[in-house]
Amino acid sequence: MKTKSFIPIQELVKVIRSKNSGPFMLTLDLLMKDSISYWLVKKSGVINTKLICDLYGISSEEILELESYDPALAYKITLVRPVPSGNILDTDIYGAQQYAPLLNIRIPIKDGG
Amino acid sequence: MGRILNNADHKEIRVFTPTGMLGYGYTMTAFNAGMRREPHVVSIDAGSTDAGPFKLGQGVASVSRQATKKDLLHILIETKRHNIPVIIGSAGGAGAAPNVQWTIGIVQEIAKECKLHFRITVIWADVEKSYLKEKMINKKIMPLGPVGPLTEENVDKSNYIVAQMGIEPYLAALEEGPEVIIAGRSFDPVMTACLCVKNGFDTGLALHMGKILECGALCAIPASGGDSIMGYLRGDHFVVEPLNPLRKCTKTSVAAHTLYEKPHPYILHGPGGHLDLSESFFEEISDTAVKVTGSRFFPSENYTLKLEGAGLVGYRTFCLAGIRDQIFIRALDESLEYTRNRLIEYFSEISFDEYELQFRLYGHNAVLGEKEPLIDQPIHEIGLVIDVVAKSQEIADMLCSFARATLLHYDYTGRIGTAGNLAFPYSPSDVSSGSVYQFTIHHLMEVDDPCELFSVETFEI
Repeated sequence: MKTKSFIPIQELVKVIRSKNSGPFMLTLDLLMKDSISYWLVKKSGVINTKLICDLYGISSEEILELESYDPALAYKITLVRPVPSGNILDTDIYGAQQYAPLLNIRIPIKDGG
Repeated sequence: MGRILNNADHKEIRVFTPTGMLGYGYTMTAFNAGMRREPHVVSIDAGSTDAGPFKLGQGVASVSRQATKKDLLHILIETKRHNIPVIIGSAGGAGAAPNVQWTIGIVQEIAKECKLHFRITVIWADVEKSYLKEKMINKKIMPLGPVGPLTEENVDKSNYIVAQMGIEPYLAALEEGPEVIIAGRSFDPVMTACLCVKNGFDTGLALHMGKILECGALCAIPASGGDSIMGYLRGDHFVVEPLNPLRKCTKTSVAAHTLYEKPHPYILHGPGGHLDLSESFFEEISDTAVKVTGSRFFPSENYTLKLEGAGLVGYRTFCLAGIRDQIFIRALDESLEYTRNRLIEYFSEISFDEYELQFRLYGHNAVLGEKEPLIDQPIHEIGLVIDVVAKSQEIADMLCSFARATLLHYDYTGRIGTAGNLAFPYSPSDVSSGSVYQFTIHHLMEVDDPCELFSVETFEI
């Protein structure tokens, strides 16, 4: 019997970060710590549009890029900033702390069988 | 052990970047090691839009003058001694005229103090409003990213407007035989790539190497934007290596660097085309150095430049206060609403759109706003910022003061702490923090000639 269990993404990554890409876009990077972790995440298909929409409470039109890049063992997600950097209502000039919702992602792994 | 040797049989350009940002500093060990490698050029990025619109709006730098001068002093003395040109791009942070002027001033000061002479070529990146408006009429301006079309109002509101230059103006500047190039707003890789392209090396490889080098040792492990990196560009590849013996580049650390601050992991748009890294191959050739092949540049049909502009929005006054009473925290929504309504009522002569009043609640949702997943967690302490931006500093002061006083004494539902609702760390509690700017222009402009906007000026000091 196969049961599903999960690995927290925090155990698979070296880096999870966010930063402005220009003043109007926010870019999120997940850099996995090694090949095994990267391919586990990639094969699971967990990092997708729906996940990001749910985590950030946005619609898919606000996701400008969602790509993996094998040489860097990385995922990149770029979002429209809710307001431009430095706008009166901005909460994070550099966009440096917007990755927090990604920290609780879990990746399913099957065990038993 | 682990350091690569120069291969003198093949043509090679050596580029040394002492630091990822002028003013961030570097280690002397790494700097001296870099100079010993006999670089052909020292290239430095001095700017970005990272820190918001203030630099561009006000025409000031984001790093301190002292730190910048300290970094430059040693660089200029050593490069003069070894006859190596120095290329500084996006000078003074935003790369507009006052920022470039600021940098020229520092170089002049260093020259005077050290009794050195320099042949300086300046490349200006400023855009005239009239020129821009004409381009708008000719439909040569497009939004860049999720922004609306450019309006005349936004052009008029801008204090400073710059275009991000590509390689071509640098090639023109190099013709003047400068010892130092001080350029305004530039596409990040071009300070490195220009000399490479001038000498017939591949543009794709040169730009990719430039993209990595401009951040200093950020591509290394451990990473640092305030430390040195060396690039060696050859016929069909380049090599990058940090100079500090405590750092190393790995194929993953270099590949991952391309992701930094960019919207796409392997496509990078710039003046005149885009860099495509989808076929790039990263290989560790020693303990510390990485070789890269396969990076390609595709010129675009129309040559476009990125435009950046910033203008004044108002003046800010803020007040920082601690809240520790959980009864008050439970009644905070009610209290903030009361305060806001009271302010609107009392200052009914000031219209809504002439000011912005915000309450930032640190410990609750100040950083993620509506996206905060833990918003319902019980908390015992909040760092409150009362934040007012208004048309004048005086009005901002007045509104912030009124909001603060109202909230301090408001008799909220269930209150038993009747002597004061807020813990101020400072007296005076309110801080007039001056001008507030916003980005007014973030668009692409089509040009016929890549150099038409960028005037080049050479002089001796």
